[in-house]
Amino acid sequence: MKNRRLAAALVAGVSLPALAACTDNSSSSSDATDGRTIAVTSSSDACDLSSDTAPSGRLVFTIKNTGQEVTEFYLYAADGKRIVAEVENIGPGLSRTLVVNADAATYVPACKPGMKGTGIRSELTVTESGGSGKASAAVQEQVDQANAAYREYVEDESGQLLAGTRRFVAAYTSGDDARARTLYPTVRVHWERIEPVAESFGDLDPKMDAREADLEAGQKWTGWHRIEKDLWPPSDQPYTALTKAERATYADQLLADTETLHGRIGKLTFTVDQIGNGAKSLLDEVATGKVTGEEEIWSHTDLYDFQANIDGARVAFEGLRPVLKQKDPALESEIADRFTALESMLAQYRVGADGFVSYEKLDTTQVKQLSDAVNALSEPLSKLTAAVTL
Amino acid sequence: MTEPSATPPPVSRRRLLGYAGAGAAVGAAGFAGGIGAARATDGPHGEGVDRYAFHGTHQAGIVTPAQDRLHFAAFDVTATSRAELLLLLKAWTAAAAAMTQGRPVGGGVPLPYDAPPGDTGEAAGLPPGRLTLTFGFGPSLFRDADGKDRFGIADRQPAALRRLPHFPADALQEQRSDGDLCVQACADDPQVAVHAIRNLSRIAFGSAALRWSQLGFGRTSSTSTSQATPRNLFGFKDGTANLKAEEPKAVDEHVWVGQGDDDGAAWLADGSFLVARRINMMIETWDRTSLREQETLVGRDRHVGAPLSGGTEFTEPDLSLKGNDGQPLVAMSSHVRLAHPTQNNGVRMLRRGYNFTDGNDDLGRLDAGLFFIAYVRDPATQYIPMQTRLSRDDGLMEYLRHTGSGLFAVPPGVRKGGFLGDTLLT
Repeated sequence: MKNRRLAAALVAGVSLPALAACTDNSSSSSDATDGRTIAVTSSSDACDLSSDTAPSGRLVFTIKNTGQEVTEFYLYAADGKRIVAEVENIGPGLSRTLVVNADAATYVPACKPGMKGTGIRSELTVTESGGSGKASAAVQEQVDQANAAYREYVEDESGQLLAGTRRFVAAYTSGDDARARTLYPTVRVHWERIEPVAESFGDLDPKMDAREADLEAGQKWTGWHRIEKDLWPPSDQPYTALTKAERATYADQLLADTETLHGRIGKLTFTVDQIGNGAKSLLDEVATGKVTGEEEIWSHTDLYDFQANIDGARVAFEGLRPVLKQKDPALESEIADRFTALESMLAQYRVGADGFVSYEKLDTTQVKQLSDAVNALSEPLSKLTAAVTL
Repeated sequence: MTEPSATPPPVSRRRLLGYAGAGAAVGAAGFAGGIGAARATDGPHGEGVDRYAFHGTHQAGIVTPAQDRLHFAAFDVTATSRAELLLLLKAWTAAAAAMTQGRPVGGGVPLPYDAPPGDTGEAAGLPPGRLTLTFGFGPSLFRDADGKDRFGIADRQPAALRRLPHFPADALQEQRSDGDLCVQACADDPQVAVHAIRNLSRIAFGSAALRWSQLGFGRTSSTSTSQATPRNLFGFKDGTANLKAEEPKAVDEHVWVGQGDDDGAAWLADGSFLVARRINMMIETWDRTSLREQETLVGRDRHVGAPLSGGTEFTEPDLSLKGNDGQPLVAMSSHVRLAHPTQNNGVRMLRRGYNFTDGNDDLGRLDAGLFFIAYVRDPATQYIPMQTRLSRDDGLMEYLRHTGSGLFAVPPGVRKGGFLGDTLLT
């Protein structure tokens, strides 16, 4: 599957501050009654707050852009420099919500109509109310660790993908089909573990991972699934095996693209929200393509991909787990339990050390069980990003 | 058999049941400003607000303010002679003229007690429900799979009437695609729409067989400025920038086939082309997606429907307006940007889609989505290039799966005394 969702975030260089409290657009009606909701009106020359005081803890800012230009809202610490939270890119006439967990302190709110300059600033006094959303130095350290560890993981997997692809294309071009068929699912595991990252390169993904049905009229089909069809030729439709020269062409292309991918991945850095959303989209991949057997339509090795997607999501989750444990322990244990449930269900279909039965061996009831377990995990996992960034 | 006698005067369903003269107001005052062609004039009670005229220059059910419910059906013609096909189309014409005016099929003529009733009866007592029936001809009506001329009309097949190409990520099901004939039944009451397809299907037995059909609810487009913009199953307003009946010049330019458009198919003038696509939505994964991402993918604010570049629902999106990261506020891969006329050589189309939910699939996921219907003057320049780009580049495609497809030529409206497709077949 093509995954375009992380593309903007990773390739276009959009980045969110590692621990900026920026869960836009969520709202809580109960906040309105106890001074926890602050209406901000950002016009071309003013930045009006409905209150200049608030109790500590969870605060909801509703920012309405009444000006003619794009605006932003920042909440700075008392020094006027450190960004506590922000909302960017509010079009004229639009409203956004910003949720912040604020400790008792003085803050400097600022609107930036036209997104220029230091903004129209004022002062907000947050008084002690027992509520707190302290982003302690320890948490920040955990976040930094999670980011670094995830980066290492992605680069390591991409390195293994490259090494494995070399072995795979060597077997395939030499005509050792049996070995190529054995390597195919186990090498692709390294792709599937980092799928949202690998797919974020919009120029490489269609060349490397397009399925036949993904093509548009006249588009050349290359990559893993093109070779898959040649290794597991269909019995129910006419198929002409690739010649030795054609095999070499496709194999060389795949290897060259994998090298490009590995080079680019080495330059990436990650933020917490990218890791959290990456985990969620790995489960989406499972729900959309793997659990339905559509990803590996010729080889039926979907369960390898299934496991690999879960592996990747698990690593992302484990990295953020210490942060989540502090911020939302109930969610942390729920996600952990459901990972375990899904993994043990999938383990029933293991064969040998690192293999799985063919997808075709599963009956509808078994697929439904797996799908239910995926849903059960995906739902709390979709709350991970908001939980760790706030 | 019935007595040979003069055709009895049309009997309304209401009169048949003894409700003669009942008020026809159905609380549809919203379209009082609709265009002339859509005003009711055929009914036994004269002009009313619960029915649209069947006869006219164009078929009803295209610019007609979109009703709330849909039953769309595609048929395979089993007739082998042109004469049989003509008989079917004439019978459909009579039945459609009656049903759209709230009259039973067969005119309520008494039949022997031991004969099945002329009308299936489940719409008796219901108002006409603004029923419109819109008919189309598929490419396979002109030539069979081997290219053989089926009814002596192959030389009149419009050049643009071809099976739609394979679009990236298509997952089409044969049993939900194509067909020789199609009927779009729209009404405010699902029972009225289903009644119409059921009767047409019954009339067709022996000449045409139902190939596939689709029920829809909750129109997802406005075709008139008198209508509020509805929401699709993703929770977003849909059809904000749709062509509206109140823009007759734009409708002429983008919807109605002109006299000189296709010299080989002059019969299609004042008609149109109907594109049908069954688009499944991945409801479960969508619902787990952050609002930030949902809005980025669509390019609009969910609550108000304003483009992310600002304004209100009907503000034109500013595709060049950039945020502080240097990226456009309406993302490059957003649906609004890719579907915008300025990104598609200025072409527009008249959409008439409906939400659908056909229960669930084997995995307990909602089998739900959007049944997309669009009317265009030329699919080759309007729909096909746009859908190619959307299928390839639209971020929303992650959550969509096209499972059914069809392209049909929609003949012009039926003149009084004429029949459906008479410009093609006579």
